Amino acid sequence: MQPRWATDMLRLECPNCGVRNAAEFRYGSEYTPRPSPSTDASDVEWTRFLYLRHNSMGVQTEWWYHRSGCGLWFLVERDRRTNAIARTWRWQPLDQPEIDAP
Amino acid sequence: MSLTLLRQGLGAKPPRMWHDRPLKNHYDVVIIGGGAHGLACAYYLAKDHGITNVAVVDKSYIGAGGSGRNTAIIRSNYLTPEGVRFYDASVKLYEGLAQDLDFNVMFSQRGHLTLAHNDGSVRTMRRRAEVNKLQGVDSRLVYPDELARICPQLDLSDHPRFPILAALYHPPGGIIRHDAVVWGYARGADQRGVDIHQYTEVTGLALTNGAVTGVQTTRGDISAGLVLSATAGWASNVAAMAGLELPLDTFPLQACVTEPLKPFLDVVVVSGSLHVYVSQSDRGELVMGASVDPFTSYNVAGSLDFLEGLSGHVLELFPFLSKARILRQWAGLCEMPPDFSPLMGITPVENFLIDAGWGTYGFKASPICGKTMAQLIATRRTPDLLRPFRLSRFAEFDQVGEKGAASVGH
Repeated sequence: MQPRWATDMLRLECPNCGVRNAAEFRYGSEYTPRPSPSTDASDVEWTRFLYLRHNSMGVQTEWWYHRSGCGLWFLVERDRRTNAIARTWRWQPLDQPEIDAP
Repeated sequence: MSLTLLRQGLGAKPPRMWHDRPLKNHYDVVIIGGGAHGLACAYYLAKDHGITNVAVVDKSYIGAGGSGRNTAIIRSNYLTPEGVRFYDASVKLYEGLAQDLDFNVMFSQRGHLTLAHNDGSVRTMRRRAEVNKLQGVDSRLVYPDELARICPQLDLSDHPRFPILAALYHPPGGIIRHDAVVWGYARGADQRGVDIHQYTEVTGLALTNGAVTGVQTTRGDISAGLVLSATAGWASNVAAMAGLELPLDTFPLQACVTEPLKPFLDVVVVSGSLHVYVSQSDRGELVMGASVDPFTSYNVAGSLDFLEGLSGHVLELFPFLSKARILRQWAGLCEMPPDFSPLMGITPVENFLIDAGWGTYGFKASPICGKTMAQLIATRRTPDLLRPFRLSRFAEFDQVGEKGAASVGH
């Protein structure tokens, strides 16, 4: 269903606190893998990580921060055409060992 | 002119300002995006350089995107010398635009005030004023005594939560009729032989050996000598068709107008600290906008948060408006680059140029952007005005930090 107001869609499920109003959260950014500082990542890779974005008109994985709640940074899958949220989950370091919060 | 007016007043069918022509198989230049930027570029290509085998394609009607959704404020009091030079050239073109296009764009240079509510803002305003003066732009810091003469409607008392300490006054700034700019450029380009294809969505780019050779559209394929992406908000998606990633994030930006009121406000008032800008249109409506929405999206639905926040901030400046009613609200898409400066010019993909990253400041740059991009296409050399805004500046760590003056959301 297409949300009438942008804020209506924004009830996010925080992995710690459950479903909460959008006003409690802060949007972080598109989820971009960070080159590991311990490897010889080139300037091109760092530029890519720092600046370039898919910015796709579709489903995006992104960071959100539960600012007025538990303070957790977590991941959200959201369709940017409708703002419908597919899922939210806690970042798993074991699955993606090279990725960190922006 | 008056005879034409009389004849049309008596019921003659008015002439069309631009025409629907059949899609050709080949164009020397295809411009994606029929907004003020794309149409201005087509206009100057035809007028200044004699390149007329040009198509402007748009997925909707012309001016349906940012060109018809902005709050129509024109100014050049930016923060960086590169930015000030660029936007000032744009203001100069706007000043002569009605003559040039033979179309009344109703440019009203009524003056532009950027309010400062704290010491940090006053410092930034002073810096901007000095940078502006060095570039020959009329811009200076004014204090409440003078502010009371320029805009007596403002609440200059110490009652608001954030009293007004000073303002950056920019007399050449003002507002314009944005639809007229789009239509004027469209008519001028059409008269010179440019094809304007509305409701023609680009679905892909044809690439041969890493060079763009054409575009695929919902109405058929076109081969093209050169493709310029001039879409506001959707540039990342067009660039992705060429296999490029851009340093952009698309946010919705909301604006609204009140019911028409008696004329009382003859300057544009902006407050960065309160995230608000207000001007009064010729119809008497107050045109008001704020900073971009708090999260990225391609959804242009309105929000109550925006209306509530904006109204509260406008009342801080003009408490007597408490009974004014909002007539309508809308949103447009703003692709924000990290340094709040546009991306213009060549890309790593041959024959593919971009005019993107126009965030919250694209409309005011339409004429100069169109003119310099046309120059780049015609001469294959990047004009000096465009060089600071090249796409490669991110890889070279040579950004043009304009956040202090380009947005109200900081």
